Amino acid sequence: MVEQVAQHIVVHGEAWTIKELFTLPNEYIYWSIQIVMYPFMTGLVAGAFVLSSLYHVFGVEKLKEIARFSLVFSFALLPVAMMPLMLHLQQPFRGIHVLMTPHFTSAISAFGIVFLTYASIVASEIWLVYRKYFVQTAQGLMAMQNRGTIDSFRMMVFQALTLGAWDISHEAVEKDHKACKIMAGIGIPVACFLHGYAGFIFGSVKANALWMTPLMPVIFICSAVVSGVALCILTYVIVQEIRKYMARSKMARWARDADAPGAEELEAIKHTEVMISSNYLLYFMIAAMTLEILDLIFRGYTQVKSWDILREVIMERDFFKIFVMQYGIGNALPFLMMILPGRTVRRTTIATILVLFGVFMMRYNVVIGGQAFSLSFSGFMDYHLPIFPHDVETFKEGLFGALTVIATPFVLFYFINMFIPAFLKEESTH
Amino acid sequence: MERREFLKKCILVVAGASVPISALTLIDPKKVLAANPDIQWAFLVDTNKCVGCGFCVKACKTENDVPFDANVSRTWVERYVYTKDDKRYVDSPKAALYGYTEARVDLGRGEFKEIDPKNVGKAFFVPKLCNHCSSPACTQVCPVGATYKTDDGVVLVDRTWCIGCGYCIMACPYGARFFHPVAKVVDKCTFCYHRLSKGLESACVNACPFKARRMGNIHDPEDPITKIIMNERVGVLKDEFGTKPQAFYIGLAQEVR
Amino acid sequence: MKSHVWRPLYVVIAFVVALLVFRFFYVPNDFGSGKRGFMYSFHRKSNEMEWKNQAAKYGTSGRERMHEYCSACHSNVVTVRTEKLHGIIPCEDCHGPAMNHPEKPEKLNIDRSRELCLRCHTSLPYTTSERHRIPGINPKTHNTGAECVKCHNPHNPSMEGMK
Repeated sequence: MVEQVAQHIVVHGEAWTIKELFTLPNEYIYWSIQIVMYPFMTGLVAGAFVLSSLYHVFGVEKLKEIARFSLVFSFALLPVAMMPLMLHLQQPFRGIHVLMTPHFTSAISAFGIVFLTYASIVASEIWLVYRKYFVQTAQGLMAMQNRGTIDSFRMMVFQALTLGAWDISHEAVEKDHKACKIMAGIGIPVACFLHGYAGFIFGSVKANALWMTPLMPVIFICSAVVSGVALCILTYVIVQEIRKYMARSKMARWARDADAPGAEELEAIKHTEVMISSNYLLYFMIAAMTLEILDLIFRGYTQVKSWDILREVIMERDFFKIFVMQYGIGNALPFLMMILPGRTVRRTTIATILVLFGVFMMRYNVVIGGQAFSLSFSGFMDYHLPIFPHDVETFKEGLFGALTVIATPFVLFYFINMFIPAFLKEESTH
Repeated sequence: MERREFLKKCILVVAGASVPISALTLIDPKKVLAANPDIQWAFLVDTNKCVGCGFCVKACKTENDVPFDANVSRTWVERYVYTKDDKRYVDSPKAALYGYTEARVDLGRGEFKEIDPKNVGKAFFVPKLCNHCSSPACTQVCPVGATYKTDDGVVLVDRTWCIGCGYCIMACPYGARFFHPVAKVVDKCTFCYHRLSKGLESACVNACPFKARRMGNIHDPEDPITKIIMNERVGVLKDEFGTKPQAFYIGLAQEVR
Repeated sequence: MKSHVWRPLYVVIAFVVALLVFRFFYVPNDFGSGKRGFMYSFHRKSNEMEWKNQAAKYGTSGRERMHEYCSACHSNVVTVRTEKLHGIIPCEDCHGPAMNHPEKPEKLNIDRSRELCLRCHTSLPYTTSERHRIPGINPKTHNTGAECVKCHNPHNPSMEGMK
């Protein structure tokens, strides 16, 4: 008689957790790479918006170009913020329940409301900034004699985007600018809330000895701004390089205009924007680093019950990930690169890549590090990121799931840019 | 809470008013409450009695459809072995589903520790389960209201509403929760709520041959379990978190976390 | 609110209204808080009944009632057991859940494996635990591979009951 050997049931988390010494039977690393990606992506969203607001609210004129770009890019990042959560949930189709019956004592329930509020603000601000462009483009398309299908489609989209407000007289546009400033002003605390609550999600879990600290929301906000500003600088530099090439080769439609910016002009713009933005990057980096080191010092000094196991995780098992990768390569090195005299655009660009890496490692070390030790304080759990997926779960919560999340904003940006151009030669919107 | 007190007083007044003056005796509130059962389920574990047979885990998994093969369990038993040279070994092989049939301790990663019987100092077994806390951190953090504490003191999960975010699993200090591999939502000990309402004992309480696991109504002062909790020295796990667990332990050693 | 700048707000309001209308139909109307308030007992009330209505598998309740439950048909075995040490073990521990037995299942499982007995009878050197008072053997040396029930009667485990 042939016996059917049933395939061993692998519970969620078992595929990527190696348990060592004594861990409770139900303990696995349940919050894995997608939960690392989520605060990373929302941090980029919040940071991009703050950078944009430095221009719109505080009137830092020199940041005009990068501000518009980061506003549009922040809009491309928004839908992506939801992706890691949908990929993580065991019941993704029930994700809407967070909006249906939000249990407000839970930090995660804030997600629905805060996210929608923030999305509304960003969308409104974009509308206010681009309304004149929408109207002009729509009118141009409506006046066209032989409209093709694509142009008809474009015309309908632009007509819809005007929301019926066709007046682009000087007074009307002035109203837009004023309202935009207000939106940006309201948006900053909401952006802080969007990421502060993510920090609260971790900091309020009293059961987790590593996560539990009142500093967590503030640390998350500061490192969110750091990551957002860094990403905007990096993407801005890359896009400007692409545009320089297009200007020289006259490839794109806009490059053939008489008053299109030339390669040298683009280079000059790039230099100014990057230098000023990176100053702000430094300020927030100092704030973020100070808080993180403070938290570490407090733990080592007070040595509460959890210290023995935390010390082994932080100082021994995860030493390389925390002190070399996160603080060393991800914080100290780019910091030095930017404060040393003779800062160039190239050096700053490399520094932003390292900063983004550092912020990612910070999220990783918090989320995974908090699950590296058992509730019993007598055992450990090793996280092994699934590289090659062998089922849906190891895809969603594996390397390819994470890469999908990272790639999507750029794809979205490409399409959004067709209707909301990130680079528009225009008079000051401030 | 005020309404409850008021209602209780009303009952007393009505009860008192209906007694003829000549037969006036002091009304015993306990008797009054016994007529209106106000249930709060509590669990009592006696670690002195547990032998590590694992029948409770087997019964729980069978009764509640948690696959035997899956490495999760609503309840489990831990073994603590202290050696005379001051070392401490703890394990729970497959959550003690098959009991403890080896003296060597499971260290995970396929490694085991052989302990010389002459070197064994104290050793004991600790059954664990969801504590059905009075102020449960898990229900506090559920973003959608899928997990909750019933009026009679049992913490349950609504399988049709849970979105599977896992926040409650992170928030539980006791490791009582897990993702059910078939239902794909969060699962945990329910005190066998479906059995309690039929007047049956929970599966683990029913299965234990040694009376190491017992349950009672902590609001009923005549309940034998309540009497033990009120009169003998009992402890709870991890009370520093303020969750007010309702699973009480006799013979808890301070190293048990 | 004549100014056109309020238009995005109207879009947002329309969206929120649509969401609330959807919510009205989607969310069951018995969602509310129990005695422990919003923080600890916010839930869909009908779920409580769903849990209560789940079928029970193990039939017995309490050691005393176990003997009534099974002795109705199996009085020969039960009588012997109640006098001996294994009388404290609920029948269903070894024979599986018997709530609807003999309707369903018609026959209960008879587990003759060594592993079942070794749960209690593996000798473990723990003097501070009740385990120590259970007579045990070393499974690696005591008739390895053989079923315990070949020599020992689980319903009458005394030495007189040996085969």
